[in-house]
Amino acid sequence: MSTVLYITHTECDGTLAKVSLETLTAAKNLAEGMGADLAVGLVGADVTAAANFIAGCGGKFYSVTGPVFNDGVYSIDLAAAEAIAKASEAEIVVAPATSRYSRALPGLAIRLDGRVDTHLSGLEAVDGKPVAKRWFYRQRMEGTLTREERPWILTLESGCAAAFEGAGSAELEEVAVDLSGVRTKPEGMVCVSEDEQTIRPDAETLFVTGAGWTKKQADGDVHVAEAEDIILQFLTSTKSSLGSSKSLVDISGEGGAVISFLTHMHQVGQTGSSPRHAKGLATCCHGEEPHVVGWRFVNERRAINTDAGCGWAQGKCDVLYVGDAFEIMKKVNELLG
Amino acid sequence: MSTDFHIVVCGSIVPDPLQTLAPQDGPNGPVLQNEMMLPAVLDPWAGHALYEAADLAAKNPGSQVWLVALGPKAKLQQVMMAVSQKAPFQLVVADGSASGFEDSYETAKTLSDTIDGIAGLDKSKMLLFGGWQSASRGSGAVMQMVGELQGVTEQFQGVDKLTVTDSGLEILERVEGGSYQRSTVDGAPAVMGWATGELPEPPNNPQIGMQNMQKNMPALQQAKPADLSGSTLKFDGMEVPMQRRETRIVKDAPVEEMAKEIAEWIKG
Repeated sequence: MSTVLYITHTECDGTLAKVSLETLTAAKNLAEGMGADLAVGLVGADVTAAANFIAGCGGKFYSVTGPVFNDGVYSIDLAAAEAIAKASEAEIVVAPATSRYSRALPGLAIRLDGRVDTHLSGLEAVDGKPVAKRWFYRQRMEGTLTREERPWILTLESGCAAAFEGAGSAELEEVAVDLSGVRTKPEGMVCVSEDEQTIRPDAETLFVTGAGWTKKQADGDVHVAEAEDIILQFLTSTKSSLGSSKSLVDISGEGGAVISFLTHMHQVGQTGSSPRHAKGLATCCHGEEPHVVGWRFVNERRAINTDAGCGWAQGKCDVLYVGDAFEIMKKVNELLG
Repeated sequence: MSTDFHIVVCGSIVPDPLQTLAPQDGPNGPVLQNEMMLPAVLDPWAGHALYEAADLAAKNPGSQVWLVALGPKAKLQQVMMAVSQKAPFQLVVADGSASGFEDSYETAKTLSDTIDGIAGLDKSKMLLFGGWQSASRGSGAVMQMVGELQGVTEQFQGVDKLTVTDSGLEILERVEGGSYQRSTVDGAPAVMGWATGELPEPPNNPQIGMQNMQKNMPALQQAKPADLSGSTLKFDGMEVPMQRRETRIVKDAPVEEMAKEIAEWIKG
C-alpha cells in the first residue's frame, strides 16, 4: 500500500499553525481517497504537544526534534524532511505552504528524485489518484493538474480545507538527521513591534493605499505627512493590514514623495502578494488587472476614488465611493474613535 | 573569505503584467492566447536579482555576473535590448519555452545543464541568484532545485538583503507578518532567491547597453534548443475566473454619509 506523508513544522511556541491543520485535513482526505496509509512527520524543538493535538488523525507519527529545528534554515529543514520522507517511504508528500516550508520543500524533489508542485489551492483524490489545483500567472487562471512521477511533493495554501480537530495520545518514532554539512547559522528574527507592525496576515481587513495619497491635492500641494497620519490612525484603530499598489512603492525609486512606512513587502498585485482577508478597502488606487490579482482572495471589497469611471468601478469591487479619500478617511477615523 | 564572486542569475521573460491573459489549449497542454504577440518584460523578481547581482559585483572587485535565461530567443532578444542598458552581465541562453505551464523541474534541470556549460565559471565562488517567485508559474521552486542539482545546499529564499561581512554573508529572508529571519553563512557557494531586494531599477545606461549587446548578441545566436518534454505533468483544465461584481457607485453623497457607511462596514 502506498503512503501519503503529511509533514509540517511546529511554531515557536510548539503549536501548529492554522494552515498546518488545514493541510492535515487535506492530506488525510487524500490518503483515504487513494486507499493509502497516512504518515505524519513533525519537525520542531519539541513536538509532543503538537503530536497529541492531532493524534486522532490515525497516521503513523515520525518526528525530528531538537532546538536547532526551531528555526527555518533551508538546509536544516530540508535535511529533516528528507529523513522523514525516506523513513516513511512516502509516495506523496503534503506540506503546508508556510514561508518556512515554501522555502525548503522544493529542494526535497531533487533529494528524493521526485517532482514538486507548490502553492496548491486544492487537492483531492479522483478515481484513487491525486489531483491538484493551483493558480498560474499570479492568480490570473487556475489549473487542474496530475502527474505520474513519484514521490510527488505538494505544498498547500491556506483555505484549502477545514482545520483538523482530533486530539489524543501520539506515539512518535524519532528519526535521526545528519547536519554535519550545514554551514548556515540562524541569527534570530528581525521583527517589527506590534505597534509598528503594518503587515498583519491574520487581520480582518486589508487597507490598500494607492499613489493618489502622494499626488497634488485640490489646493495644489502634496500632503504626505497628513496622509501618513490618516493611514496610521486607521491601521491603529482597526488593526488592519496595510497593502500598497506597485506605483506607490516605486515612487521612492523615482525620487517622489513617499509614505515613509511603505516597503516592497506591502505590495499587492501582479508583482506583489495576494493576501487573504475577509474585507478590503482600497484608497486612491487606479488599476484594473494588477489590483484585481492582488485582491483575488479578498471577499468583500470597497474602494474610495475620485474617478467614478475607474477600473475599480467595472465590476471589481462591491461599493465604490467617489470622493476625496483624505476627507472621507479622516471622518472614518473620527467615527472609529 | 574570497569576495570575487561568480554570480549566476537565473531569470527569463514574462508577459507584461498590464496585459490581459487568457489560456487556450495547445498541442502539449495549455498556452496563452497570442503568446508570441504579447509584449514581454524581464520577470520582476529576476530583475531584482539581476540588479542586486550587478550591485554586489560592482562592490566586490573581480566578481562577474552571468544571466542565464530560458526562453524563446527572438523574444529574449527584444527584452534584452532594454535590460542590457541596466547593468553589465554576460548572457547565456537556452532557447525554449518560458511558459508558466512548463514543469518547474524541467525548467530547473535545463537551467542547471546550461550553467554547467558556462566557460570560466568557478563553482566554489558561485552565488546562484534568481527570483523566489515569478510572474508566470510562480512556483517558488525552481531556484531550490537548480541549487540542489548544482550541489549547492546553503540556500536562502525571499531574500531582501545580502551583506558581505568579514566572516561571510549575512542574509535577511522574508517570513510571515513583515518580519525577517537573519542568517549567516561562511561564504559561497550559496543560492539566493530574491524577493524585491532594496535597490530601485537602475536608470538606462546606453554605454553599458552597447558593451552588453556586443557580447550578448552572439550568445543569443548560439543559443542551444532546450528540451522540456520529459515531464508527465498533465493539465485537466485551465480557467480564468469569470467573477464580475455588481458595483454600487456612491457619488455626490456627503462625506459624513460615506464615512458612516464605511465605518459601520469595518466594524462589521
